[in-house]
Amino acid sequence: MNRIMRAGLALGLSVVTALSVIGCGNAAGGGKQTLTVFNYSEYLDPDVIDQFTEETGIEIKYEEALTPEDMYTKYKAGAISYDLLCTADYMLARLIQEGEAQPIDISSFENKDNIGERYWEFSRAFDPENKYTVPHFWGTIGILYDTTKVHGEIDSWDVLFNGEYAGDIIMQNSIRDSFMITLKYLGYSLNTTDEAEIRAAYEAMKAQKPDVEAYLVDEARDEVVAGNAAMAVVYSGEAYLGHQYNENLRYTIPKEGSNVWIDSWMVTKNCKNMEAAQKFLDFLCREDIAQKNFEYIYYSTPNEAVIANLSDEERADESLVPNMDAMQNCEVCVMNDEAATELMNELWKELKAN
Amino acid sequence: MKEHLINFICRFYFVLIMIFLYIPIAVMMVLSVNDSRSRVVWGGFTLRWYGQLLTNRQIREALITTIGLAFLSSAIALLIGTAAAFGMHYMNKRRYAVMMGLTNIPMLNADIVTGIALMLWFIRFLPLGFTSVLIAHITFNIPYIILAVLPKIEQMNMSVYEASRDLGATAAYGFFTTILPQLSGGILSGFFMAVTMSMDDFMITYFTKGAGVNTLSTMIYGEIRKGIKPEMYALSTVIFTAVLILLLIVNYAPSARERAQHRELAEREL
Amino acid sequence: MNRRNRELLASPYFIWSVGFTVIPLIVILRYAFTNAGGAFTVENILAIGDSINRKAFLFSLEIALICTLLCILLAYPLVMVVRRLHISRRAFMLFFLILPMWMNFILRLLAWQMILSSNGILNFALQALGLKPLDIANTWTAIIIGVVYDYFPFMMLPIFNAIADIPEDVIEAAKDLGAGPLTVFTRIIFPLSIPGLKSGITIVFVPSMTSFVVADILGGGKLQLIGNIIEQEFTRSSNWNLGSGLSVALMVFVFISMAFTIKDDVVKEDLELVCVEGTEKPGRRKAA
Repeated sequence: MNRIMRAGLALGLSVVTALSVIGCGNAAGGGKQTLTVFNYSEYLDPDVIDQFTEETGIEIKYEEALTPEDMYTKYKAGAISYDLLCTADYMLARLIQEGEAQPIDISSFENKDNIGERYWEFSRAFDPENKYTVPHFWGTIGILYDTTKVHGEIDSWDVLFNGEYAGDIIMQNSIRDSFMITLKYLGYSLNTTDEAEIRAAYEAMKAQKPDVEAYLVDEARDEVVAGNAAMAVVYSGEAYLGHQYNENLRYTIPKEGSNVWIDSWMVTKNCKNMEAAQKFLDFLCREDIAQKNFEYIYYSTPNEAVIANLSDEERADESLVPNMDAMQNCEVCVMNDEAATELMNELWKELKAN
Repeated sequence: MKEHLINFICRFYFVLIMIFLYIPIAVMMVLSVNDSRSRVVWGGFTLRWYGQLLTNRQIREALITTIGLAFLSSAIALLIGTAAAFGMHYMNKRRYAVMMGLTNIPMLNADIVTGIALMLWFIRFLPLGFTSVLIAHITFNIPYIILAVLPKIEQMNMSVYEASRDLGATAAYGFFTTILPQLSGGILSGFFMAVTMSMDDFMITYFTKGAGVNTLSTMIYGEIRKGIKPEMYALSTVIFTAVLILLLIVNYAPSARERAQHRELAEREL
Repeated sequence: MNRRNRELLASPYFIWSVGFTVIPLIVILRYAFTNAGGAFTVENILAIGDSINRKAFLFSLEIALICTLLCILLAYPLVMVVRRLHISRRAFMLFFLILPMWMNFILRLLAWQMILSSNGILNFALQALGLKPLDIANTWTAIIIGVVYDYFPFMMLPIFNAIADIPEDVIEAAKDLGAGPLTVFTRIIFPLSIPGLKSGITIVFVPSMTSFVVADILGGGKLQLIGNIIEQEFTRSSNWNLGSGLSVALMVFVFISMAFTIKDDVVKEDLELVCVEGTEKPGRRKAA
């Protein structure tokens, strides 16, 4: 016993010493320019951050969040003064509306033209004048399915609701995503604030619940890859990875339409060093950097220069480069109506309680 | 015959529990040598994740922060908590109940509630960084120490201590030679629990940490969506094996005292 | 040192507690007793009685009770077995039990998901043995397994600590005086383990009510604990008032139920007696 305690004490002491050494190392670099950047986890190649610091001498303090809501909570608490953040379309809409964003001089970017015109168009849904946000990655929501486990072509949300694949379906454990696809399935707009339409979506989801194997967020893709379920509602980027691991998997954007989502960068009103922030955003648009990020994340990039570098096979992959025809009925989600959001939250709890 | 049967059942039960506890660890170890980035696909045997561990700066930094945080917070909690358990032992029923209530609060709240409340409190006087996470971890670690040490104190035999004082020992000497050994089991298990809790915590760490401070826990949570990186499985396996080896060495190597005794015996024989 | 001075040993903890437990608690209470506009209300607390919340609360209670009970039922035999098998190196044992917990929580849960899923390791093993595969994944059972796995060592350790020090002489003496194994357990082992058991229950019962990550990963997100609702109110719904209110209601419930189990002085004195006598004059109490 004593020996273990002594060993533990020795270990503890050495750790403390190691820590204080590290602590001093960090404190040494005063007077440098720094940017505090807030992003989703695993949404930027760490080497890119190092390279930016090497090239410009600007230090990046990098912070990650799991969901737009987590990000909003931490940002709004004011605990850390973030300069830049990258988040989802509807959250950007909310932040811009609340006056949290600073206009960016995008025309001054050297690499502005790498971002395709259509992505600036998409962005107008939440940033009408294209002056607050710069697109980072984008994609769609659709169905990832195992061709060996389904019969016929999958091209409609109906397969999730008609009971044919009962016990073999994985839904998104996310209020917004689940409501959006159900609203689309019923032929409504996913930005609807109409109570009757939202309640109709709830009824459909309630009827569907016994058929659902699980509501997962993060592990949905793996479950289909492993053959534990025939199909799952996933983000397009996940579908690409799923296909890499199991070539029987296909991704489809149902004909009723779906959600097209964009995650973009914005500069917060707290940012004191606009020049550095713009340098960072411009840097991210640069071809080689965007290429690195793309290869790290494998989500659809808005960077045309990178798309041009893709192999033909990759460019034909709908989960990587969504086909514009398939996206005719797709919408960007910008709904921030308080009453409608609250109703969805309440109904979601009710759904789970049954 | 009956004795044998009982012994067999005992061993069987022991092995069963061990399998229950260690089977997920075995899964993890297999994943650490799987040559595929997906956990559900077997891509053949590889050791490359172990190689990449050495070169990955993010993982290295997070590992140092995690271990530092766990041991530092548990050590401080150990000091405060053990002293508190002693104090509580001598309290009257009402004060004891108040202190026990205080001890229960951090365990009672959902982590997210504690995390957000601490964050809102910290931002009034403390910039979020390593220190704020450390304070948060100490706060939720103390109760585990108290809950582990208190039962030992309640069972403790104080007469040995009184006797040592009667025989002229100083309070400190008496404490270290008579009381501490009786409590070591409780202290040790409290410390282990605290280290474990600290290493596992995500929510409280997430809300109280500053930008750029990362623990393995916050890294792993971030990786779930894209799939846990196999380097993490490799790292877990390394930690696990290292601790196990350390434990075996500490447990089976003869202690300095034993060695001295051997030497003495040998010399006497000469 | 007199009693008064000894009590002061708890003062650093008391100060720490006020600074980092009580004040944050006041923050929560302020949210709990106000509405979004800042006006006083008790609605958030009473919301625990709403049908959805009540259902989640009762379900959490059920899970927590079952898991605590399972942990106790698994822990006592193990403690007895360890005593019987004379695994004398106690520190080693403690470590061995807690070591699996040093793998990250999420990694452990994901491992269990792989074990229990329909194409998983368990079913593979069952089929190899010619047995019928089980459909445990994404059910109530999976949640129970996950919670028990996570908290079992925290039940085991305090109980183990409480009775590991009972000298073998005491038990031998009791046996010599004609006590069977059952009597030894009910009259010596169990009473001595009570302080440890209480600690164990505190550590296991309360957190298992709010362990929403287990419900999400192993339960397939189909079942809802009160922890899931609180989490949803804080993050996705941004309704901190309601989230805090439900939290406070949960806290009140646990405090009330604990008021019945907290320090029972009679038991405590009895234990001290057993201990002191046990170490010095084994068997006397039994004889008397």
